[in-house]
Amino acid sequence: MLRPVVLRVLSLVVVLWGTVTLAFLAIHAIPGDPVQLLIGPRDIGPEARARIVAEWGLDRPLPVQYLDYLWGLLQGDLGYSYVRKRPVADIIAAQLWPTVELALAGLLVAVGAALLSAVPTAGRRRAGSVARTAELVIVSTPEFWLGLVLLFVFSFTLSWFPVAGADGFRALVLPALALGLGTAAMLAQLLREGMADALDEPFVLTARARGIGDGRLRVRHVLRNAAVAPVAMAGFAFGNLLGGAVIVEQVFGRPGVGRIALQAIEARDVPTLLGIALLAAFAFVVVTTVVELTTLLIDPRLRARAVS
Amino acid sequence: MALTLGQARPRNRERTDGPDLGLLAAVLVLGVTALAVVWPALLAPADPIQADPARALIPPGPEALLGTDQLGRDILTRIVHGARYSLLAGLASTALGLVIGVPLGVLTGMLDGVGNEVGLRLIDVLSAFPGILLALVVIAITGPGPVGLVLALGSALVPTFTRLVRAETRRVHRSAYVEQARTMGLGPLRIAWRHVLPNTLRALPAIATIAIAGAILGAASLSFIGLGAQPPSPEWGALLAEGRNHLRTAWWLSVFPGLALAVVAVAINTVGRRLQRRLDRKAPE
Repeated sequence: MLRPVVLRVLSLVVVLWGTVTLAFLAIHAIPGDPVQLLIGPRDIGPEARARIVAEWGLDRPLPVQYLDYLWGLLQGDLGYSYVRKRPVADIIAAQLWPTVELALAGLLVAVGAALLSAVPTAGRRRAGSVARTAELVIVSTPEFWLGLVLLFVFSFTLSWFPVAGADGFRALVLPALALGLGTAAMLAQLLREGMADALDEPFVLTARARGIGDGRLRVRHVLRNAAVAPVAMAGFAFGNLLGGAVIVEQVFGRPGVGRIALQAIEARDVPTLLGIALLAAFAFVVVTTVVELTTLLIDPRLRARAVS
Repeated sequence: MALTLGQARPRNRERTDGPDLGLLAAVLVLGVTALAVVWPALLAPADPIQADPARALIPPGPEALLGTDQLGRDILTRIVHGARYSLLAGLASTALGLVIGVPLGVLTGMLDGVGNEVGLRLIDVLSAFPGILLALVVIAITGPGPVGLVLALGSALVPTFTRLVRAETRRVHRSAYVEQARTMGLGPLRIAWRHVLPNTLRALPAIATIAIAGAILGAASLSFIGLGAQPPSPEWGALLAEGRNHLRTAWWLSVFPGLALAVVAVAINTVGRRLQRRLDRKAPE
């Protein structure tokens, strides 16, 4: 069990290093003046320019700059925003919780709805095809429109939920639904298909012969057998949720990292945006690795393969 | 997030006898949409930009089928004329993703040993930025607008295609006939072009079709948050962004453009799934 863990962690480090390198190259390989790229399209005096050159070490050879950049990141230094005149790490930290809260709630919706839609309908022709059609429609619906419709029906018309903001549970319900349902539909399709395959396996017949009820059979035996594919997709789903959060925050007027990212684009605040992208990539890679290791826990067959 | 693809593959379990009504409906929808892209004035003769304050905010009804917006512009007209922006952005960015992603996939798929490992990690690095964040970084550098939008969505699609083509390439590359070509002394480039590439492309149409639907939704999403088409352009995401401000009083501004978007995406996804199913049936495990 130790060997696959070490391998995965090693590959995590390599991927992170590559991602950071890509970000570094993005600043330096883009044609034009890196100083101008960092501060955006605004005029600055020669003094300020000299200060930025000194801070980023732009007058030193590229390899030295690169090592400096890596070293800074290792210490949690995501750079400095010349637009907001604050360190990027501080800017993000101040707005991190609403986004994390939204992403977690979205994940809960995604997993919960996927289970509800897939477990009872797998292997049943009529129920399965109804659920499949519903999922096709949800997958094809942009989350911001879903959000607008939810907002109109449940906030404006029925007044069940607040229209904007991020205070408390009630403000979280609609954004989480808008964010999570698309991912739920994707996971549900995968899960239903896996369960339909598992239901054809001989062990199902054995279990039925021993008198197990259908619900228990599905939840206890078939679900676990089919869970690996959707769990392996969970990393991908998480990426979906992170990206979707940017849009959903905008629809529901929620504070958060997504809103900062949008403001950074408007102001051409590249350091802030790059910091957010790196942080997201970091979170994404860590989640993917944890997910891969989880699939080894769920399915002993994969464990055997990973070791050999 | 809208940039991603439906990964599930429908199985052959579904009934195949009788006419495929779903596919027929999808083709019909896409036909009308194509007409709206090529010749919008035929479907909606009015001007999509010209304001008419006397007709502001008419609800859907006999006077205006889908209602009018705060400036008195007809929603149906705006949707028909906006189809062009949304659809072309989706098509162009999928094309860009293919042009970069396919060669990269063939290349990394043909490498062995260390090269293969490096290729795999490269794809991991590319996929490590969730699609829309990659798109945001690209737009931050290029600035908002159609060029940035297509570049952004296209580069977000690259890892998807690279991953698929790479897997197919590895499968083909290990097959007997490529082995044979190698023993006959063919160079790697010639093998890649003549033997590997044609065989890896068979899986692409289905995935590319589903990717188009995702890219159209992605383009609309980015326009909705103000990074793509700008008002007064009747692009569907931009229409929805305007509608958001009038949600309380005029629901039709927000409902119909999104409905158009969803219907077109369902139609494209339906076609994509039929392609996928045909592929699955042709190549049993």
